[in-house]
Amino acid sequence: MGNIERISGPLVVANGMTGTKMYDVVKVGDAKLIGEIIQLKKDRAVIQVYEDTTGLKPGEAVVSTGEPLSVELGPGVLGNIYDGIQRPLEILEAKSGAFIGKGLTADAVSRSKKWKFVAEKGVKNGANVKQGQIIGHVQETEFLKHYIMVPAGVDGKISGLKDGTFKVDDRIATVEKGGKKTEITMLQKRSVRRANPFTRKFRTEEPLITGQRVIDMLFPIAKGGTAAAPGPFGSGKTVIQHQLAKWSDADIIIYVGCGERGNEMTEVLEEFPHLKDPKTGRPLIERTTLIANTSNMPVAAREASIYTGITMAEYFRDMGYSVAILADSTSRWAEAMREISARLEEMPGEEGYPAYLPKRLAEYYERSGKVESLGGKVGSITIVGAVSPAGGDLSEPVSQGTLRVVKTFWSLDASLAYARHFPSINWLTSYSLYGPDLEPWYVKNYGEEFISNKDEVMKILQKESELKDIVQLVGAEALPDEERLVLEIGRMLREDFLRQSAFDEIDAYTSMKKQIFMISTILHFRKMAQEAIKVGVNVDKIGKLKVRESISRMKETKEDDVARADARIKSEIDSEFNALLKEYRQGEVE
Amino acid sequence: MKFEIEYSTIENVAGPLVVVGKIRNAQYNEIVKIKLQNGEERLGQVLDTSDTQAVVQVFGPTDGINVNKTSVSFLGETFRVGVSEDMLGRVFDGQGRPRDSGASVAAQESRDINGAPINPVARASPSDFIETGISAIDGLNTLVRGQKLPIFSASGLPHNQLVTQITRQANVKNSTESFAVVFAGIGITYDDYSYFVSEFRKTGALKRTVAFINLADDPSIERIITPRLALTTAEYLAYEKGMHVLVILTDMTNYAEALRELSSAREEVPGRRGYPGYMYTDLASLYERAGLVKGKKGSITQLDVVTMPSDDVTHPIPDLTGYITEGQMFLSRELVNKGLYPAIQPQGSLSRLMNNGIGNGKTREDHRGVADQLYGMYAKALDAKNLSAIVGAEALSESDRRYLKFGDDFESRFLKQGFYERRTIEETLNLGWELLSEIPEGELTRVKKEFIEKYYKKKA
Repeated sequence: MGNIERISGPLVVANGMTGTKMYDVVKVGDAKLIGEIIQLKKDRAVIQVYEDTTGLKPGEAVVSTGEPLSVELGPGVLGNIYDGIQRPLEILEAKSGAFIGKGLTADAVSRSKKWKFVAEKGVKNGANVKQGQIIGHVQETEFLKHYIMVPAGVDGKISGLKDGTFKVDDRIATVEKGGKKTEITMLQKRSVRRANPFTRKFRTEEPLITGQRVIDMLFPIAKGGTAAAPGPFGSGKTVIQHQLAKWSDADIIIYVGCGERGNEMTEVLEEFPHLKDPKTGRPLIERTTLIANTSNMPVAAREASIYTGITMAEYFRDMGYSVAILADSTSRWAEAMREISARLEEMPGEEGYPAYLPKRLAEYYERSGKVESLGGKVGSITIVGAVSPAGGDLSEPVSQGTLRVVKTFWSLDASLAYARHFPSINWLTSYSLYGPDLEPWYVKNYGEEFISNKDEVMKILQKESELKDIVQLVGAEALPDEERLVLEIGRMLREDFLRQSAFDEIDAYTSMKKQIFMISTILHFRKMAQEAIKVGVNVDKIGKLKVRESISRMKETKEDDVARADARIKSEIDSEFNALLKEYRQGEVE
Repeated sequence: MKFEIEYSTIENVAGPLVVVGKIRNAQYNEIVKIKLQNGEERLGQVLDTSDTQAVVQVFGPTDGINVNKTSVSFLGETFRVGVSEDMLGRVFDGQGRPRDSGASVAAQESRDINGAPINPVARASPSDFIETGISAIDGLNTLVRGQKLPIFSASGLPHNQLVTQITRQANVKNSTESFAVVFAGIGITYDDYSYFVSEFRKTGALKRTVAFINLADDPSIERIITPRLALTTAEYLAYEKGMHVLVILTDMTNYAEALRELSSAREEVPGRRGYPGYMYTDLASLYERAGLVKGKKGSITQLDVVTMPSDDVTHPIPDLTGYITEGQMFLSRELVNKGLYPAIQPQGSLSRLMNNGIGNGKTREDHRGVADQLYGMYAKALDAKNLSAIVGAEALSESDRRYLKFGDDFESRFLKQGFYERRTIEETLNLGWELLSEIPEGELTRVKKEFIEKYYKKKA
């Protein structure tokens, strides 16, 4: 159709492109590289190419497909690993070996696999259906019903709908309107750049339980909410993202490795088939789709990977599932935008990023939320984005643009990471704005005490930090016993509760029940200690109690042992304090 | 034979860039041969091409190039290097021409120096422990085969010695497989170059080494290709010849500066401190070439030296490097001033792949716990040190004084090591326990209880 006029890195200018539309996907050059139109000037189109442009020549042909950048959705998407433009990496490997070749295409969803389709009972042939309506399902895994929905832009009278075994592109029904017939298959395409419609959005009211103590207890994220984890390198962003992907209680996980390390994706690929979902006991890979556009893969596809991910998330949300999408790292996405923008010679905004960066960030995070889908199901998308600020300095545009829109902020702290305190979420600077929304849920499930304990913990940690400043100047010995106790308890909270090892089999995931046990035990210790100090017992003696070690090993408690450990340690605390008091009183009498 | 058209239509020469006009259809990234009036030939590469002109970066000086007498021909292919096992033991210049007195090498294969990204699906997880014999690495931040681990250093710090010591001592436990070293000297001084050569010769490693050397006074644009030549050779040796290759890239700071020079010559919008906005992607295209590939015997492990300008870890070069690599070893001026070679500072150092390479059957069951506990105690020691600087050692509590002593012992016995001293992993871990045994058992909460019972040295 058109011809290449100029090539500069991932950007190609083609002429003779009259008739093409913005954001159309095009095939560029003899190698048929995949690209997307991002600017039109008269008959010239500026194209960002999703593959390496080495070897392209001016004069080679450019052909438009007439379609926007889309993803294929249907049974078989789960458990897969794709690149940024949804090419299945396993099939690419079969085609070009260990190194990714150029101009490869492959179906995102297997065309040969057959699925058992069950038609929706409520939908009678001859009835009117509309877009987004559920017309049947496939039992994709033991726990996941994959609902088949009427694709966007289709409505009318349905016919030929029946149960059966089909391939994804077999016709399962026909929809007719005004003489125009549309064949319905289990496969649908959705354009990635725009949010998909839904009926209405709700306020969030339920937390995403992650099994990570500092998150669940202090800085929770709601199902349908947003969170950002900015931090310098080595602060554990990726480990946190992996932990959430493994242990959070979402139904579906979309993991986007955007411009990050290849070995990290390999790790996920090797681990997930063997790890079990704590909720269902099934292999984690069954609820996961991975999108991997590592740092050495083409930069334009990195820009697309985020959109590919969120569009998949919307698809599962529309079926009524809670979906969590983890993007590591959104900074690489922003940098890809910057690179393309610079090549377009756009006027740069802050630090060379395009002026539309904050808008793009906001648009992305706004695709989160708990909604009622067009098909009448209630599902949610939770978005967690890692941010990699240059030099760890949060004043840069990506961090700032993100913090303006997200409601949970996990502030990753290099100094904690240096002391190997992981997760390195700083308890003084992080925040979650979901507290008031989620409070009724906590009270209903865990009682009023849960909220008061949590407030208590925050207060102790704040106070401890203030006292530590003083200690830095005068030493701990100079403080009164009540304040030295705050230091003790603060240390317990930090080391015995907040610190959690992602690599220890037991410690990696902590149920809410166990978290409550751990917190209430530490607070019980505090209460007993306060009483003892009031009577006059020296704080040094309290620090030397044997039960301290049992408390520090609470995290090693197995999940089904929690109730017993709870009773045991609390009674140890009681008896040791009673002994201490007794000893003290005797000393007084003498 | 292929017919080459020679153009003598150079329109512009600026810095390392040449603009060739009135040409048609130059390929993007294609290699260009530039022939000077006096017959001298230089190579270049197309950076931007349109149907009227091509922008070419010249790998070499641009002196002697003029606008009407210099001819340019387009070779129709990307930069390739001929690779062969015979390259072992040889020294090449920054463009891959022999630098030693040997003859040119008969290539077994010709490869594009830019390589292709490894499909994440095809990667195998690095998990073979490399015993470097250095406690600060093996014990605290273990290196595994297929990892990319830079050394964050600065002027005046002993990164060269550390690199040579690792090269000399590194081996994989229970393995006798063939190995090779590919060394890329990027803008290094002649002094440093000869230091490496003589050290490698002493240990016999030179026979197994392929070196690509771009010296400090060689053309800076050549530095863009030197590491790529090295990595392409390494990929051949690893994936075709089944060797375990250790790639040493030094100094990445010089590489990044060459990239900046090129970017500013192209009048691109500068990013932080003048470095181009795509520097992350560009660095990743080098670092990500480390790894293991399923079904292939060999591996590529990278040690990259990054000297941080003014010791600043937030400078774009170490910053972007740290975001790509699998950890870093951080050299500390403070430790050097205390006379502690190799001066690897635990705070700030990290090995992201450590967990895959340690534990039962690989190193020892207690490794994770010992490392965590040493970290935790050393952090406490540093706190105690700060405190004692303010209130005086006399005013410290008993436990703070104990931490202080632990810190001193840890630095002088664990972190400090001789240039020729090689400690096995057992020795390193036992040394760790010896130090930890000075701390009351009850405080060692980062180690599992069973290991305390097994390894803690109780006082008689």
